Amino acid sequence: MNLSADEVRHIALLARLGISDDEVEKFRTQLSNIMENFEILKQVDTTDLPPTAQSINLENVYRPDEPTPSLPPSDVLANAPGQEDGSFKVNAVLE
Amino acid sequence: MSDLHKITIHEAHKLLKEKKVSSVELTEAVLEHLHKVEGKVRACVTITDEQARQYAKAADKAIAAGNIKHLTGVPALIKDVICTKGIRTTCSSKMLENFVPPYDANVIEKLKADGYVIVGKTNMDEFAMGSSTENSAFFVTHNPWNLDCVPGGSSGGSAAGTASDEAIYSLGSDTGGSIRQPAGLCGVVGLKPTYGRVSRYGLVAFASSLDQIGPITKDVTDCALVMNTISGHDKRDSTTVPYEVPDYTKALKANIKNVRIGIPREYFVEGMQPAVRQAIEAAINKMEELGAKVDRNVSLPNTEYGLAAYYILAPSEASANLARYDGVKYGFSYRDTTNMWEAMEKTKQYGFGDEVKRRIMLGTYALSAGYYDAYYLKAQKVRTLIKRDFEKAFGQYDVLVTPVSPTVAFKIGEKVDDPVQMYLSDVCTLPINIAGVPAISIPAGFVDGLPVGMQIIGKHFSEEMLLRVAYAYEQATPWHTKKPALA
Repeated sequence: MNLSADEVRHIALLARLGISDDEVEKFRTQLSNIMENFEILKQVDTTDLPPTAQSINLENVYRPDEPTPSLPPSDVLANAPGQEDGSFKVNAVLE
Repeated sequence: MSDLHKITIHEAHKLLKEKKVSSVELTEAVLEHLHKVEGKVRACVTITDEQARQYAKAADKAIAAGNIKHLTGVPALIKDVICTKGIRTTCSSKMLENFVPPYDANVIEKLKADGYVIVGKTNMDEFAMGSSTENSAFFVTHNPWNLDCVPGGSSGGSAAGTASDEAIYSLGSDTGGSIRQPAGLCGVVGLKPTYGRVSRYGLVAFASSLDQIGPITKDVTDCALVMNTISGHDKRDSTTVPYEVPDYTKALKANIKNVRIGIPREYFVEGMQPAVRQAIEAAINKMEELGAKVDRNVSLPNTEYGLAAYYILAPSEASANLARYDGVKYGFSYRDTTNMWEAMEKTKQYGFGDEVKRRIMLGTYALSAGYYDAYYLKAQKVRTLIKRDFEKAFGQYDVLVTPVSPTVAFKIGEKVDDPVQMYLSDVCTLPINIAGVPAISIPAGFVDGLPVGMQIIGKHFSEEMLLRVAYAYEQATPWHTKKPALA
């Protein structure tokens, strides 16, 4: 398994993770080494096997849809890096 | 009493109940010792002297009013991945360096209802990703048995803090071994409960289908006591089960006559330290002497795929969970641009450390178009096989016994640049999370002055059986009474 520099940049873009040129090379090598170890799974016959998403036998857990008090807006905004008029402040999405 | 910090929960409870000591006295003794050794161990991201004193006074009032529970007035350390209202919760990441949660995790609500005392929030691998606590963005934690060695991880601060008596007990979290491995490397008791036994509400999410909170304690009795408090259904975590919580202390009978113990040979891996193997074999012989029926030739044939499956599944879930750190709602935020995408990308670039970035990228890749079937779906199918291995084994055996880790604590810096070598130190603990079963790590001897941990694994919701076997072994051996020679 050998990732290319372009593949590493593409993965970082999908994750919206900024990455420097030095990091591209470092992660390219490290991720390739780690993924080398995934090859072993190709030996396993998984034909007709169902996937397991979680390990205990709970399914479709519901609760009554009853309104309960939420956190006050001041608490929710207390950690916000930017806020204005009781809202989170973000950069323009449309330019 | 000069050695108050050394006691266990059950010893503290007795002293508090008989009014031989107050929670304020106990808390002051613990804080004094903590400040004395913390410079060497560095277990804590935040030391909460003020809250500790405040909670201790409240506990003493409750005790005076005749309202004492097992954890009332007893000082604890909490891993810094568990939300504590009004107390900074960092995940040892620059991303959350200044994050103060507006609510408590469910386990903290439960500890508060029991009148607990918090003395600090513990260091960890960033976002619980790692096996040595060296991935903390802040500083390295040291193993109290040898300060040149790692305490294990990711709950390294909780384990080192408990082993060095900086608190009477602690909470950790375990996604692939993060309670059991550091407990093993620091010579304390650590339990990863069955998936769904303890609420994850307020636990900062890493891999949601694998994460569990659990106790790290000085002995097995304390482990049972903490489990009594933190277990149970929570409607805010739909993966918790609605089963009644037993009194786990009732399982503490020093009798394992005819208990069926299986030894899965795949866990005695290539590259395992021979002295660790010998220590575990001696522990198994001891359990046989105590009357257990031991089968040394058990096979869990899909074990060798556990590591690969885990490092696809956990990073995949992590890549989704950590997408929330976008610099908008809380946490570190890159503000030096008006471009939305650049802000988001640089927030993650500067806010996350290398291991977190590696796992986000691994997971993103495994889930991306064209690779999903070959990696993520394949790993989920292998998960089915690993789970079935355990189901089959537990048709024949009450518990399985293995080492916790292939080696004792390694030197700080030894594996930090080699992720693959680092991942191997969790090879005996990862399959347990994949199958969702419970497992406990207990002290089983020493090699070169460093603790060896033994892992006891049971079927889903068999924590009582694990505690019973662990207690019987503990009562027949001296390991849990040993203390590191700190200060």
